[in-house]
Amino acid sequence: MTDPILDVRNISKSFGALKASDNISLTLVPGEIHALIGPNGAGKSTLIKQIAGGLQADSGEVWFDGENVTGKTTVERARLGLGRTFQVSSLAMDYTVSQNVVLGALGHRGKIGLKGFFRPAMKDTALLDVANDALSQVGLDGFAKTRTSELSHGQRRQLEVAVALTLSPKVFLMDEPMAGLGAEGSLRLTGFLDQLRQQAPILLVEHDMDAVFSLADRISVLVYGKIVATGTVDEIRSNPIVRTAYLGEDDET
Amino acid sequence: MRKETILNACVLLGLLAVPLWALRVDEPFIITLATKAVIFAIAGVGLNFSLGLGGLVSLGHAAFFGIGGYSMGILASHAQSYTPLMGWPLVIDGTNSMPLIWLFAVLISSLFALVIGALSLRTSGVYFIMITLAFGQMLFFFMISWPAYGGEDGLVIYVRNGFPGLNTLDPIQFFGICFALLCGVLLAVSRIARSSFGLALGGARQNEERMQAVGLVPCKLYLIAFTISGAITGLSGALFADLNRFVSPTMFSWQMSGEIMIFIILGGTGRLFGPVVGAAVFILLEYLLGGLSEFWHVYLGAILLGVVLFARGGLIELIVGREVAHD
Amino acid sequence: MSAVLLIEQILNGLQFGVMLFLMAAGLTLIFGVMGLINLAHGSFYMIGAFAAAATAAATGSFLLALAASLVAAAVAGAIVEMTVIRRLYKRDHLDQVLATFALILIFSEGTRWLFGSFPLFLEIPEYLSGPISLPFGIQYPQYRLAIIAVGLLVAVGLFALIARTRIGIQIRAGESDREMIAALGVDISKLYTFVFALGAALAGFAGALIGAIQSVQVGMGEPVLILAFVVIVIGGIGSIKGALLGALLVGLTDTLAGFLLPAAFGLIMEPSAAASVGSSLASMSIYVLMAGVLLFRPTGLFGRS
Repeated sequence: MTDPILDVRNISKSFGALKASDNISLTLVPGEIHALIGPNGAGKSTLIKQIAGGLQADSGEVWFDGENVTGKTTVERARLGLGRTFQVSSLAMDYTVSQNVVLGALGHRGKIGLKGFFRPAMKDTALLDVANDALSQVGLDGFAKTRTSELSHGQRRQLEVAVALTLSPKVFLMDEPMAGLGAEGSLRLTGFLDQLRQQAPILLVEHDMDAVFSLADRISVLVYGKIVATGTVDEIRSNPIVRTAYLGEDDET
Repeated sequence: MRKETILNACVLLGLLAVPLWALRVDEPFIITLATKAVIFAIAGVGLNFSLGLGGLVSLGHAAFFGIGGYSMGILASHAQSYTPLMGWPLVIDGTNSMPLIWLFAVLISSLFALVIGALSLRTSGVYFIMITLAFGQMLFFFMISWPAYGGEDGLVIYVRNGFPGLNTLDPIQFFGICFALLCGVLLAVSRIARSSFGLALGGARQNEERMQAVGLVPCKLYLIAFTISGAITGLSGALFADLNRFVSPTMFSWQMSGEIMIFIILGGTGRLFGPVVGAAVFILLEYLLGGLSEFWHVYLGAILLGVVLFARGGLIELIVGREVAHD
Repeated sequence: MSAVLLIEQILNGLQFGVMLFLMAAGLTLIFGVMGLINLAHGSFYMIGAFAAAATAAATGSFLLALAASLVAAAVAGAIVEMTVIRRLYKRDHLDQVLATFALILIFSEGTRWLFGSFPLFLEIPEYLSGPISLPFGIQYPQYRLAIIAVGLLVAVGLFALIARTRIGIQIRAGESDREMIAALGVDISKLYTFVFALGAALAGFAGALIGAIQSVQVGMGEPVLILAFVVIVIGGIGSIKGALLGALLVGLTDTLAGFLLPAAFGLIMEPSAAASVGSSLASMSIYVLMAGVLLFRPTGLFGRS
């Protein structure tokens, strides 16, 4: 197996008596989609936050691209190439769709510089090229001029992904990108993520089991802050612990 | 063309037309009022830069207004008395050249804004409001108890400072200077608002988490915005001092901070011309209501309350409707 | 500088601190429970002082005057809460600041309209006037000592109210979780009106107490209001304990700096220069204190981050 680009080593985090992360280790290698599943309240979002930098782990380390990033801020990790989408759409709602992706492109450029105070951002062709490219990849190119707050829920998820794309990240962290998308939307995004893994590997937190089973190279199951199993789709499907702890309840449909 | 752009043009033309009309009918007092409106507008544009664009509710902008005012007062008083401002390590003389005074006012107020901003931005929300208020008060009390430049009584400057090639004592010429500066400031601010920096600053106002996730540091953006904002308000303070040929600690008072904020909310928060409309309306109200009753602040309070409760977008929104998204 | 003088100054600082606590307690409660920043809190201080002065002038009774200050400020508070303030709970801080600033304009000018621009006077009652002898030969004004005692009594009462009573439980619930108090079946709007009126009454009471030492005039509330802001920022917004500690810290710092700094500079400078440098720095001292506290604890001493 190739060296992992993201390597989470023995992370623990407690909130009072609640162990949100209990000695979690997981890796992400180039070219793969590694899905993280688990019942609500299992600590998936807490884990993502610790990887992205919004939350500091009590113990353990996060290594990214051969570097220990445990002490680094969200901004520093983003600049190193961690591209994140949020569970609840986290966008500049008063801005147009296009402005949101240009912001991503601007962040990727890394500095604003003196010119950045006087040159209109929305006429900066270098930024716009990156932005438009990302929008057309997710299929939002027709909505560039729309105010973000007027987008449908599903379109906002697409825009989340588009903003992450502008960062040309080395890794995508996606927190429930399918949530609220509807069957057709999920299917389209599934197809898109399937190709995206060639560009950068994806750590995917997702409730939509159809998507997870069709996309994931590996699946880790998180229950009460612990990873109870990691393996391929088939291994997880047939894992008895997983079946009782999680899938048994959730797979009724 | 957008409706708001047309309105903005009308506002500028109106601001220019009133004093010209006053000149024809020989009403210098009206010219002075218009000049005051223009100067207040600059102060408001300054605050609006951090408040409207960056969402930083500073209740201490009178500090920068006062620092600008005292920059003028101190430099001009030294020129007036032919004593150097500083003898060591380098000699700095007083001056009564407006451009030099402006430069000084902008530099000093941006320096103060940088320091106050760096301290205040450690906090956010309601703490930020109160801390900026407290820093304003700190300077207010300092000016009152610092006897070197008049203390509580302030400083009188007998002659208005000069501008090369103009007679600044002529009301209309001084108005022209202030008006030109307002236009310059508006131009610069509108450019910065559309720039990469402005885009990022507005993004930070709307969603800090998002900005961090794309690798931009909201705090840095805020500090730069706060500094620029303080510099612009400082410039207006220097002009206000020159208009009155008098500076006093009341320029630092927190009521002044509140008034600057009123200009913005009357016109429309975050709109380029919000503070311009607001300042003009404020001066108009002061003139009209002040003529009606000695207690015109009661009416001003009622109007302000009405705007906050029922017309949150300010007058500009009432006229042109809600802002549409645009690039 | 004698020890007696220093003790006197410390007592002055305590008296000032206790008075600031009466102001700050209301502000911090209102912010803690309703999330509202209220600039018009100083107006209730002024209303209390004017009500007291007018009542004392009409009846000659100081106790009635104090009662009037409580009632007038509480009634004004309740009316303002029901007509204006309750529309602001869901608004952002900017709207709250501006609306309550507008209220200041209305209250201040309205009071000037009613009472004129000249200050009123509230006499210290006979039985509290004059100095009292304390140990170590200290002579201290009885009235100021009474303010300290009354203020501490109110503080104790307030803590008891919040810790022991039903309404206190509701207030604490409101601070930690707004949805929970609705779930408890509490009439939130009544609770909010009560908290606001309580805060206003405390401010009005402080205004009346201080009105007997200083003059009663329009605009008297705002300087105190800003100091009360400094107090709750230092103590941590929403915390009554923080407000008490902050108030005493600010009261003592302000008084002692005004006393000690000029004297300290007198050791190294000529007297007139020392007095001016010392007093300019003293007037800034509490703000320096605040900046210092925030540098290490951005949400104040007892604030929740």
